[in-house]
Amino acid sequence: MDGVLTVAFLKAAIIAGTPLLFATVGEIITEKVGNLNLGVEGMMLMGAVIGFQVAHVTSNPLLALIAAALAGAIGALIFAFLTVSLRANQVVTGLALTIFGTGFSSFMGKGLVGIKLSDEFSASFTSIKIPGLGDIPVIGEILFNHDILVYLGYLTAILIGLYMYNTRKGLNLRAVGENPAAADAASVRITAYKYGHILLGGALCGLGGAYLSLVQVPVWQENITAGRGWIAVALVIFAAWNPYKALIGSYFFGGLDIIGFRLQGTGIQISQYFVDMLPYLMTIFVLVIVSLKKDRKNAPPKALSEPYFREER
Amino acid sequence: MKRVLTVLLVMLLALALTVGCGGQQTPAPSGEEGETIKVGFVYIGPPGDGGYTYAHDQGRLYLEKELGDKVQTIYKESVPEDQESEKVMRDMIDQGCKIIFATSFGYMDYVEKVAKEFPDVAFMHCSGYKLGPNYGNYFGRIEEPRYLSGIVAGLKTETNVIGYVAAFNIPEVVRGINAFTLGVRSVNPDAVVKVKWTNTWYDPTKEKNAAIALLDEGADIIAQHQDTAGPQVAAQERGAFSVGYNSDMSAMAPKAYMTAPVWNWGPYYVEQVKAVMDGTWKPEAYWGGMKDGIVELAPLTENAPEGAQEAVDEVKAKILSGEFNVFAGPIKDQSGEVKVPEGSIVSDEEQLAMDWFVEGVIGEIEK
Repeated sequence: MDGVLTVAFLKAAIIAGTPLLFATVGEIITEKVGNLNLGVEGMMLMGAVIGFQVAHVTSNPLLALIAAALAGAIGALIFAFLTVSLRANQVVTGLALTIFGTGFSSFMGKGLVGIKLSDEFSASFTSIKIPGLGDIPVIGEILFNHDILVYLGYLTAILIGLYMYNTRKGLNLRAVGENPAAADAASVRITAYKYGHILLGGALCGLGGAYLSLVQVPVWQENITAGRGWIAVALVIFAAWNPYKALIGSYFFGGLDIIGFRLQGTGIQISQYFVDMLPYLMTIFVLVIVSLKKDRKNAPPKALSEPYFREER
Repeated sequence: MKRVLTVLLVMLLALALTVGCGGQQTPAPSGEEGETIKVGFVYIGPPGDGGYTYAHDQGRLYLEKELGDKVQTIYKESVPEDQESEKVMRDMIDQGCKIIFATSFGYMDYVEKVAKEFPDVAFMHCSGYKLGPNYGNYFGRIEEPRYLSGIVAGLKTETNVIGYVAAFNIPEVVRGINAFTLGVRSVNPDAVVKVKWTNTWYDPTKEKNAAIALLDEGADIIAQHQDTAGPQVAAQERGAFSVGYNSDMSAMAPKAYMTAPVWNWGPYYVEQVKAVMDGTWKPEAYWGGMKDGIVELAPLTENAPEGAQEAVDEVKAKILSGEFNVFAGPIKDQSGEVKVPEGSIVSDEEQLAMDWFVEGVIGEIEK
């Protein structure tokens, strides 16, 4: 690959990584509060189809994005009710949510198949070059000449990072995920924290799905995520539950998603099947390293996937 | 207790959803028992893919329309190519199906197994090669309209680089790339066809990204052997032009789409079901071409270049009359050596096992 193509590749990697970034950050918040929601794929699909539906009817990008986030949050609400209020098994509930979301999106999308969003709608998502930053050679082209949702992705990861590590509420949130009994004793409202952050996480997953259906391929097709929700679940581990690392990890995984065909024809022979394996291989590799190092900082939240009973101590 | 109950409820919910979303049945038409024949379709993807399964489903709807209340159809979507397909077929027979259309290659061995158990049910398997007393196979020579779509692309390209987003390196896809390239170079000997493999049939974003990679490398036309419209969207976004596949994709990329080789299963399904009803059905290995109407070139849009319609019509007439064969020599392979000498034609067996590219294709077949 020569220089121009390398820049084009890195730019495409950022775009491919953006839906992963939204979903991963969403899942990080959910897991940080102690709930393992495996329904990412389902919530992404719910966001994708509702966002598309609203975009198709209103042609209003803002409404479409809000609707997508709400749809993801509603998926998360089902999960939150079952796992927080009823204390159901989180793994089973999450898997059920994925199956539900997939069926829901196919059902809602029945009449939308093959429909393309209007050109004026898509025009809201053309690339905007950020003045100043966008003029930096190479880096400007790769990072600062994108559609608005890519920038929203940067912003989301950074804001969530600041929130988690630099605010009082963020500290409480992490405490709930690590040791809910202690947090409860410190009068943190466990249920409210869990609900709030699970819903926020679901909304972000919905946005990730909407990025696929509204911006990347604005033509409705069933199962548009094609397994990206599961990549996001792996990414959470890869990023060690850290939104800043998720920023890097998402674009890295996005790059892995598309590097296969960029290498074809350059003479570098790597089997596409091997490339498809890489994200998962990397995740396992990171898991092994983290387990060996026994580094508290990179460990999963201690109370992850454990239901909290106040009386049970 | 409460907890156990919740877990149970959740599992029940999950189960209900899997069952609820899976099977779909069209309402029974009014008609006398015995007059109605029940037909089952096994699909590899959702009918909403806007591509391969969509085309089969259009065939099913055509069958219902043509035969009215004499036929009742049921289908099951997204059936994996494993033992699950066997279960689905048995289930359809339990529901009274007398004819089964299994529409993907991987169902082949399961069709054979189930067919042997139910000798009074007629099985037709798409794209396979097995044949027995009550099971046959069927497919179409999509290469013919692909060649024609190549002519359109060859006339249109300005950079003389045409991108081709390909699914898997199996003979079916390789054959398509070769036919397309031969079509391109019949009108534009300087043009090349660049191939990128995705190893997916159905991943809209990934297939779009493959097209973007091709556009970055200088292609100004995108063709595809995929079941989604991802590559079409990429072409439109970059102001390039495109050739679709499976079904008319003009609605998905109105500014880019020029034409597409498409499937037209309806007439074949009607003919077969009628034959079964009349008792004249015999299993066969059916491989129809444009003259049988099972494959077609979708109408050219205004994006197609001037003169393309005439050029296409001329060759199409020759294909219909049997005068012209896409794989007639001389054909050179990628290294420039003559692979098929003048006067000979690549036989059907060789076509079904094709694992080499013709001259003008840039890409490798991983072995």
